[in-house]
Amino acid sequence: MSSNVNSVKNTLKVAFGLCAVCSIVISSAAVILKPMQTANEILDRNKNILVAAGLFDPSVHTNADVAGMFSEFTPRLVNLDEGRYLTDEEQQSLGLDPQTYDQQSAKNDPAMSEALTGTDDVASIRRRAAYATVYVIDNEQGEGYQTVVIPVSGYGLWGIMYGYLALEGDGNTVRGIGFYDHQETPGLGGEISNPRWQEQWLGKQIYNEDMDIAFRVSKGGGQGEYQVDALAGATLTSRGVENMIEFWLGERGFAPFLRNEVQS
Amino acid sequence: MSMNKTILIKPIFADNPIALQILGVCSALAVTTSLSVTLVMCVALTMVVAFSNLFISMIRNHMPSSIRIIVQMTIIASLVILVDQFLKAFAYDISRQLSVFVGLIITNCIVMGRAEAFAMKNPPVPSFIDGIGNGLGYSVVLIVVGTLRELFGSGTLLGYTILPSVANGGWYQPNGLMLLAPSAFFIIGFFIWILRNKYEEQVEKDEFVMAPHTAEKGAH
Repeated sequence: MSSNVNSVKNTLKVAFGLCAVCSIVISSAAVILKPMQTANEILDRNKNILVAAGLFDPSVHTNADVAGMFSEFTPRLVNLDEGRYLTDEEQQSLGLDPQTYDQQSAKNDPAMSEALTGTDDVASIRRRAAYATVYVIDNEQGEGYQTVVIPVSGYGLWGIMYGYLALEGDGNTVRGIGFYDHQETPGLGGEISNPRWQEQWLGKQIYNEDMDIAFRVSKGGGQGEYQVDALAGATLTSRGVENMIEFWLGERGFAPFLRNEVQS
Repeated sequence: MSMNKTILIKPIFADNPIALQILGVCSALAVTTSLSVTLVMCVALTMVVAFSNLFISMIRNHMPSSIRIIVQMTIIASLVILVDQFLKAFAYDISRQLSVFVGLIITNCIVMGRAEAFAMKNPPVPSFIDGIGNGLGYSVVLIVVGTLRELFGSGTLLGYTILPSVANGGWYQPNGLMLLAPSAFFIIGFFIWILRNKYEEQVEKDEFVMAPHTAEKGAH
């Protein structure tokens, strides 16, 4: 019996049998659960956009409210370098859909992104996708927008922080900020997710009269209209947040888009 | 029956996988900053140990010894991937917080250790119970550590505020150390100390004996 179990034939039989059974179980689980996982990911992203825009309050709203609230937003694709929306034809020829476009995977695709070097890479993100999805709420009366939500990312202390920044229709006043993925130290840098810290962003200005970025994350109160208070004990995270804003609202980020499509 | 009961109860305190076998400490440090995450991790690990023990025990007599470890790893890895898929589908927020640590259950020494030490030598039912028992033993330590760390590190339990922290307008100044991994080491250390006070047989014998002071007659 024992020599039979250890024979080459039996070894191969067990190995192949086990592989077949395990792979069937795992692939069927993956296929069956995939729709639910995708739904969860989209729900999570939409919720973060709502949180950034200050519309979603976890103590009042539940996940069931997300779909209804999110339907106010229109997702649109932006060409970052040229600072304008992609036309429908361009979207078709590129095969992109604002509903499904994934900026993070596009960032790693050489055909869809470009490397950032030296002084350009303020936020230390190494690469930037050529297109980005913005979420806008149209103004009810007349031209322009009520809210514009842009995706932002930048290196903190331990890794890249991902979030959304919501701006008012003037493309300058902050409506809110939310982070959905980061690795900062819980209790110190991790406080970027604390709603009490995020509250003070409300109503701050990004650009000064000369349209230069005046926004700072500064120690000591953050009283001015361009300043928010840095996090205690998290200097590098605070600096990362400041660099993130400087990059994404700068010329390599959304500044051309805001100038052309929002502020005008 | 009482045999099975012993197998179930013993790993909780008398033969605790973390405190006595010193297995699986890595995840005990990593996932215990908040209690809800800790609880999900405990359930996930208990399921994986129990079912990997069950399946490995079921095929233990057909397992060629030359590929024994690989077969065990394949079964464990498949179960972990299943758990990860289920978490992503049904508990998305928590699966994000657990991130890589669900995947790391594969390398958790408790799973491998119990497969080798118990499931390879015992029938399926006791092996399954041994898996549940060891999962519970792991859970006890993690829940103690998780409770202390969340309570003193953030002033909350399961997300509900117990000690209102200064940052939220209360009086409690959270202990930042509790949120960092070393605090789990201290708490596990105290846990082992208390446990070994109660179960003295767990105290290891000294690895060496102190030589007596130089004898008088040897001195000049």
